[in-house]
Amino acid sequence: MTSSHRDHLGRPVIAVTGLGVVTSLGTGKDDNWKALTAGQSGIHAITRFATEGLGTRIAGTVDFLNGTPETAADLSYNMAELAAGEAIGEAGLPREQFPGPLFMAVPPVELEWPQRLALDAAAAEGVEGIDRLISGAKAHNRTWPYDRFVFAGVAERTAETFGTQGAPISLSTACASGATAVQLGVEAIRRGDCEAALCIGTDGSINTESLIRFSLLSALSTKNDPPEQATKPFSKNRDGFVMAEGAGALVLESLDHALARGADVLAILAGIGEQADDFHRTRSKPDGSAVIGAIRNVLDDAGLGTDAIDYVNAHGTSTPENDKMEHLALDHVFGDDLAKMAVSSNKSMIGHTLTAAGAVEAVFSVLTMRSGRIPPTINYTEPDPDIVMDVVPNQARDADVTSVMSNSFGFGGQNVCLIMTAP
Amino acid sequence: MTSAPVDSDRDALITGIGLISGLGEGARQTHALLAGPEPARPPVEEDKFAPYPVIAMAELDLSTQIPRRGDQRQMGPWQRFGVYAAGLALDDAGIKDDEELLGRTNLIVAAGGGERDPEADALVLDATRESEDPAAALVEPLLTNLRPTLFLSQLSNLLAGNISIVHHVTGSSRTFMGEELSGAMALQVAVRRIQSGQGDLFLVGGAYNAEREDMLLFYELGHYLWQGNPAAGVWQRAEQSGGIICGSMGGFVVIESRAHAAARGAKAYARLESVATDTGPREDEAAVGARLERLAAALDGDGDDKPLGYLCGASGAKQATDMERAFIDSLSKKHDVVVRTFGSVLGHGLEAQMPVGVALAAAALDQKRYYPPFDPSDPATASDTPPDRIAVTSFGHWRGEAVAVVARAD
Repeated sequence: MTSSHRDHLGRPVIAVTGLGVVTSLGTGKDDNWKALTAGQSGIHAITRFATEGLGTRIAGTVDFLNGTPETAADLSYNMAELAAGEAIGEAGLPREQFPGPLFMAVPPVELEWPQRLALDAAAAEGVEGIDRLISGAKAHNRTWPYDRFVFAGVAERTAETFGTQGAPISLSTACASGATAVQLGVEAIRRGDCEAALCIGTDGSINTESLIRFSLLSALSTKNDPPEQATKPFSKNRDGFVMAEGAGALVLESLDHALARGADVLAILAGIGEQADDFHRTRSKPDGSAVIGAIRNVLDDAGLGTDAIDYVNAHGTSTPENDKMEHLALDHVFGDDLAKMAVSSNKSMIGHTLTAAGAVEAVFSVLTMRSGRIPPTINYTEPDPDIVMDVVPNQARDADVTSVMSNSFGFGGQNVCLIMTAP
Repeated sequence: MTSAPVDSDRDALITGIGLISGLGEGARQTHALLAGPEPARPPVEEDKFAPYPVIAMAELDLSTQIPRRGDQRQMGPWQRFGVYAAGLALDDAGIKDDEELLGRTNLIVAAGGGERDPEADALVLDATRESEDPAAALVEPLLTNLRPTLFLSQLSNLLAGNISIVHHVTGSSRTFMGEELSGAMALQVAVRRIQSGQGDLFLVGGAYNAEREDMLLFYELGHYLWQGNPAAGVWQRAEQSGGIICGSMGGFVVIESRAHAAARGAKAYARLESVATDTGPREDEAAVGARLERLAAALDGDGDDKPLGYLCGASGAKQATDMERAFIDSLSKKHDVVVRTFGSVLGHGLEAQMPVGVALAAAALDQKRYYPPFDPSDPATASDTPPDRIAVTSFGHWRGEAVAVVARAD
């Protein structure tokens, strides 16, 4: 097929034709959008496991799905299946025969404590230390499938469910993972390897150990009471992010492919931009140059100037470091134009969905354009005087939004930005 | 996915190799050790993790690639191996200290996760085992025994993160997960991006540490580990119950477009022609047959009458290795296939297996000297003519099949 719609660099134009989402606010776009534009929070006290003795006892866990998933892999898969099913349905594509490959951001998996304890209980007598687990594994007839702890497992199951083409890519770029999945899909379509791509980010990995790990890095908010006020991006009194779960799915197609089959085009995925940081494992370069580079790269890739972005769906984690750096970078790149832009953080309501965040927030970015309503940054009662920005405080706002930049930054120097425009 | 013919300026050339294993370091050094009349064998560690034999990493002077002790302390062995091998590849390509080039080098790492602390895990188990509510009892011992640096050394994308920090590779950074297939897909994406003009310069690879109980435990959950004669090669093991011998290794390659390499006067080892990957359940014979036919198609090309090198990355896991045996048998009807099973020498390195195989292939093509049989039970070992094209395979122990085709650079 010869492509007639080309972008400013002569590449196939990429259309978004399907969206799906699950967060602590609910399943599906309708419930999520209603809650998000009502300024409602999905953050609550953790009931999945005991939290006594922990500094942080709140999260945006997804607890409302049927059945209790046994592992992070199960919950991550379940949410991905819901989100991808919704997206494929909206795109009007067959549910079991997706016409392209799968790019999937998944949390790194490993054995969890319930499984370790089961193996420990099955160990031979007299075996000590960690060898007990291997002894238990030898003796044990697993009650869970091997694929629950294989890194490729969640994506393999998803690929089978939706009949995606070829081998799926499982990826992790920490908190930028969801956006990286979109990047890979865009690149594959642009270079003509495929006409469509299913891009998913999913994360259902909140358990005792993961919570403690992030706590040890002093990354999490400890303002447990009330839970819904803990995450307050761009506020002076912000004290860390709130872990959360969710999944986002996007169906991408070349615009020609979408039009040829009569699909509704929800948005154009106009640009992707990235730059890695070499400064520190968990902190950005103090001058913000890597984040600035990623933003400049996405504008160049989309062929847009600094006056062309109406709204920024911020990474906005509510950590002291991130929000300061994100503002610094936006201010540096957009200068006077920043005053005309709205910048809000979905994480004020849904928390930080980690591996899924980039995909979940890309979905909300498109919904923002389509509904003409910008979701707010809630809990904004004490503005940070060093962050002067229109953060769409506390109340959603009607606005004509034709272009959105969505930011995702992660540990390990990962910085990815996406630009979506109205069709 | 297979690639369409491309403009030769957009050929993907391998211009730098970083290779480490139980045999030591360096692509040319490793080739020399393996291509001699009496191929060297790394020592097999039989006692430390008995009954499982493993192949340990040769001694490395980490400070040559990771000069700051503070950086070394932030990583576990897996990340150190990877950062070390990546540094060797950048050195070899002559871009190690070139800020401008490093600033637009695209990094794709195939990663598992980092080492857990087995002592900490044992202490947590001791503290919770007898508890009436083990889930609640976990909190206190986890708080006491987990350390923040350990978390970072376990994060999958922090091998890439550390490569950025230590070697200043900042063009882009992607980490693919998913066992053996991730190594092949990292190479595949790099090749396709170069061929289609989506980038000129890539650093791609992975590493594996065989000396870790958490991964032996993982394999044992699927009863995948070999417990017999530690000298048994891959095919010998598969003929019995099958089994993996884990091997420590690291393989990174610098891949760049022919035009880019020529412009900076870089010498190429070889050309990475294509990478084909597929996956799916292995119980359905018809589906498996169709997948293998598609993989075999990737090997068609000019000079089908010439010998085709075949560097086999088989793990020894029974189902996967039997499947590859059938693949080789069927290929042999069409090509003069010269099989060398490097997994029988270096062991199995999951995500790193394919990058290491590609490094071995590139070194052999550059030296115009193929390897003698690694394993007396290698099927189809005939030809002595050094091949101009080498297929490198990695069939995942659980899922995923991949073939990379490496050809002479000229």
